[in-house]
Amino acid sequence: MAETLDKKAAAAEPLFGKKERKLITDPLNDNNPITVQVLGICSALAVTSLLYPSIVISIAVVFVCAFANLITSFLRNSIPKSVRMIVQLVIIATLVTVVELALKAFSYPVYKNLSVYIGLIITNCIVMGRLEAFAMANKPWRSFLDGIGNGLGYGAILIIVAFFRELLGKGTLFAGTPIAMNIIGPSSEEVSYLLNTNLEWLSWYSNNNIAVLPAAAMFIIGILIWIQRSYNTKLVDVS
Amino acid sequence: MSENSKVLAFVLGMCIIVAVLLAGLRGATLEMAQANEAVFNQRAILKALGKSLQPAESEMSDAQVQELFATKMTESKVIDYAGNVVEGRDVLKVKLEEEKKKPEDERVLPFFVFDNDGKKYYIISMYGNGLWDAIWGNMSLEGDLVTVAGASFDHKGETPGLGAEIKDNQVWVNQFIGTSVYKDNMYEGITVRKGGAKDKKYEVDGLSGATVTADGVDKMIEDYVGKYEPFLNKMKSGGKMGMK
Repeated sequence: MAETLDKKAAAAEPLFGKKERKLITDPLNDNNPITVQVLGICSALAVTSLLYPSIVISIAVVFVCAFANLITSFLRNSIPKSVRMIVQLVIIATLVTVVELALKAFSYPVYKNLSVYIGLIITNCIVMGRLEAFAMANKPWRSFLDGIGNGLGYGAILIIVAFFRELLGKGTLFAGTPIAMNIIGPSSEEVSYLLNTNLEWLSWYSNNNIAVLPAAAMFIIGILIWIQRSYNTKLVDVS
Repeated sequence: MSENSKVLAFVLGMCIIVAVLLAGLRGATLEMAQANEAVFNQRAILKALGKSLQPAESEMSDAQVQELFATKMTESKVIDYAGNVVEGRDVLKVKLEEEKKKPEDERVLPFFVFDNDGKKYYIISMYGNGLWDAIWGNMSLEGDLVTVAGASFDHKGETPGLGAEIKDNQVWVNQFIGTSVYKDNMYEGITVRKGGAKDKKYEVDGLSGATVTADGVDKMIEDYVGKYEPFLNKMKSGGKMGMK
């Protein structure tokens, strides 16, 4: 765990030293918020039925996580201990509202598609967890990197899950965007309204309705955890 | 300063900063958000034209959608439940969800007329209940005022892959094309039949795994076709478009 950084060594911190790099890479594998800490599962199940909204949510979480960490870290010595949770929540809620307003103004269909889930970033345990565990005890730059790392770790899993769910559930990728592709989808007619590229010769697949439902995300995350632990044996709990 | 007043001052200061920041941002983006919402709703109406609209709504830019509404939808009007034209209301600003809260004799309906270089399509709007929450949609009628040219549905929270198919499954939606809402000299709507349509002129197949949502669509169409009936009957019996 990277939480316990030495405060005395802070005088001559490099911008991208070994520790800083670790802050970004650690949550991608050894300390992944979803597959190792099993946090933020609710939204990972809910929003991953299509690839494009999942990417948008991932970017939003990276943004919220990074800046919430940064702001909290700047304020960490002035936040009164008795109300620190409330203050953290207000910071997160403010940033999420900024994301929501930006989507409404610049990408309205995505906003419609994600509507409630954007607001639910506020309750994402990952964001609050990093504020409490890391940003309250570390300097702004490192907190910022930690936020980006954890956002990316969360987003990476989200995108992998969404890739399989959309492919198996609809046979498409990036449905609803200008680069929508029918990869193995069953009939070109059914999905043609949202497609540009249509690989007809691959159209043999019959949609799997389970992949569209949140349950599929649970299976895929379970398989991901299995795969990760089978090659990264230090994660396996021997007791 | 005592500990408590420090906490109070911090919280108060935080609230003021956050409130000013968010209010400012909202003010700055409000205009864009409203413009986006307007185009989004216009697209839903155009989608109801199905294959009668070329190029398809999804291939149009926002500007093209707005231009189409400005040039080819000019005969659109607001009507009431008795079938009279209501003057002085913007047809694009009628929201069925809000109309539903008013007393029945004050409720109005939007009626869109798409003039495709002489060939006219009439679009009616609908609103009802699915399994979890509200569903709504638009349906376009051919010039004879009974044959369906296309439909589009949307929903607030139906299950993806099941109830949400009313929006996502284009094959299912396309079944409505060519059906008729007029049976035995009455406006009756279209039956969504579980287990498969018996008479393709008046019925469409249900959705497996989404019986309640499909029944909701059935009821919604019957309900709103009935509400438009007085106006449609007036138009049929000679008055053509009635008054402009």
